[in-house]
Amino acid sequence: MEKILIAIVDYGTGNVGSLGNMLHKIGQESELASTPDVLERADAILLPGVGAFDRGMGNLQASGLLETLTRRVRDEGVPVLGICLGMQLLARSSEEGTLPGLGWIDAVCRKFSFPPEDRQHKVPHMGWNAVIPRSGEALFAGMEPGALFYFVHSYHVVCADPGDVLGVSEYGETFTSAVRRDNVFGVQFHPEKSLRFGMRLLRNFCEGVGR
Amino acid sequence: MLTKRIIPCLDVKDGRVVKGIRFRELRDAGDPAHLAGVYQEEGADELVFLDISASTERRSTRRDWVASVADRLSIPFTVGGGISSEEEAVELVALGADKISLNTAAVRRPELFSECARRLGQQAVVAAVDVCRRDDGWEVIIEGGQTPTGLDALAWVREATARGAGEILLTSMDRDGTASGYDRELLVAVCAAVSVPVIASGGAGTVAHLAEAFEAGAEGALAASIFHYGTLRIGEVKEALAARGIPVRRGGSGPTGENRPWA
Repeated sequence: MEKILIAIVDYGTGNVGSLGNMLHKIGQESELASTPDVLERADAILLPGVGAFDRGMGNLQASGLLETLTRRVRDEGVPVLGICLGMQLLARSSEEGTLPGLGWIDAVCRKFSFPPEDRQHKVPHMGWNAVIPRSGEALFAGMEPGALFYFVHSYHVVCADPGDVLGVSEYGETFTSAVRRDNVFGVQFHPEKSLRFGMRLLRNFCEGVGR
Repeated sequence: MLTKRIIPCLDVKDGRVVKGIRFRELRDAGDPAHLAGVYQEEGADELVFLDISASTERRSTRRDWVASVADRLSIPFTVGGGISSEEEAVELVALGADKISLNTAAVRRPELFSECARRLGQQAVVAAVDVCRRDDGWEVIIEGGQTPTGLDALAWVREATARGAGEILLTSMDRDGTASGYDRELLVAVCAAVSVPVIASGGAGTVAHLAEAFEAGAEGALAASIFHYGTLRIGEVKEALAARGIPVRRGGSGPTGENRPWA
């Protein structure tokens, strides 16, 4: 792998330690970005996040990172991978909150909603589920069909443009579990908690950056 | 399709695991991170750590072992036992725990659920509920099984989820340690009362018991002694569950192992 630097956006809303650990395991250098200078030096950016949409957006706005992050991703084409809430923040808005999202993907976030007589589908959607990637996507290279990833979320991204959907999963309905528009990627699951295939996905992302 | 979760539970006292994994592992049985790694390799879908230290020493010893477990694991884990404030919960998640479980302190002050959910998100807040069967239902018991509360279990799980708990870890104290099966009636009642995932705990002795818990509506099955003493291996449990048509993640799932559903 070409020597590149991955910045993990540290805005008080994610389990940044686990991501750094897994990058370390695949021999990838990473730095926590709590100040803009790390984002300036980064070859690619991971945007993690857990919790509520408005808290995530609020923390991102308060972090002092948003301006640099936006310029690096939108003007300079630096690849970014949003994870879990980080993926949802890429959307325009969410039913969960009132703050606007980053709007880098033309999408909204909707809550899973099942009829009361449906005793099978609990919310949050929590546990290991399969992702069916669009064929030929480098982010999912080397994954067998039915590869399982760890999910924990109540809201999911709904894309306006089907061309942005990179992968889907089944939970009472077919929902979008991975997105991509140009250099902006997002996954609803936690690669850093998904063992072998999670590790492979992060490696694929990092390798894609070098190319 | 979402797979059902098998969740070993480890009791930790003063930074050491109290029960080991099988007798051959006993000499290593002290280190939470080591045992966590063994269970991860065997195919555990998640882990739960219950800190049973005296409250005076708990917080200081916990920092170290939670951080080293987080360092070791690539699957999610929950930490519970004596968490009584939002600050403690936030600290544990910052150290790498994916979820925290609240029990006694939340019964005394139910706002704790909403405070933790606001900071960490509902998905990170587990309501651990220990119950005993009574003539007219189930009663919530706190302080590690010592203190009856008079609270009805079904009313309590509804309140806990309304306030922000994203999962229920439901332990039948009548069945705990008996290996005589989960309390199926309790599971059915709680699963009907809430819309969040329910983890069955207390009574696992055989694969049939685990299958019963899933059929009753549980999303996960927690077990301690059957795994610690080697009565059952996680891999064989999953194979047997798959044979019964229950979707599970293939065992032996270390970073170099499998990570697929059983076909």
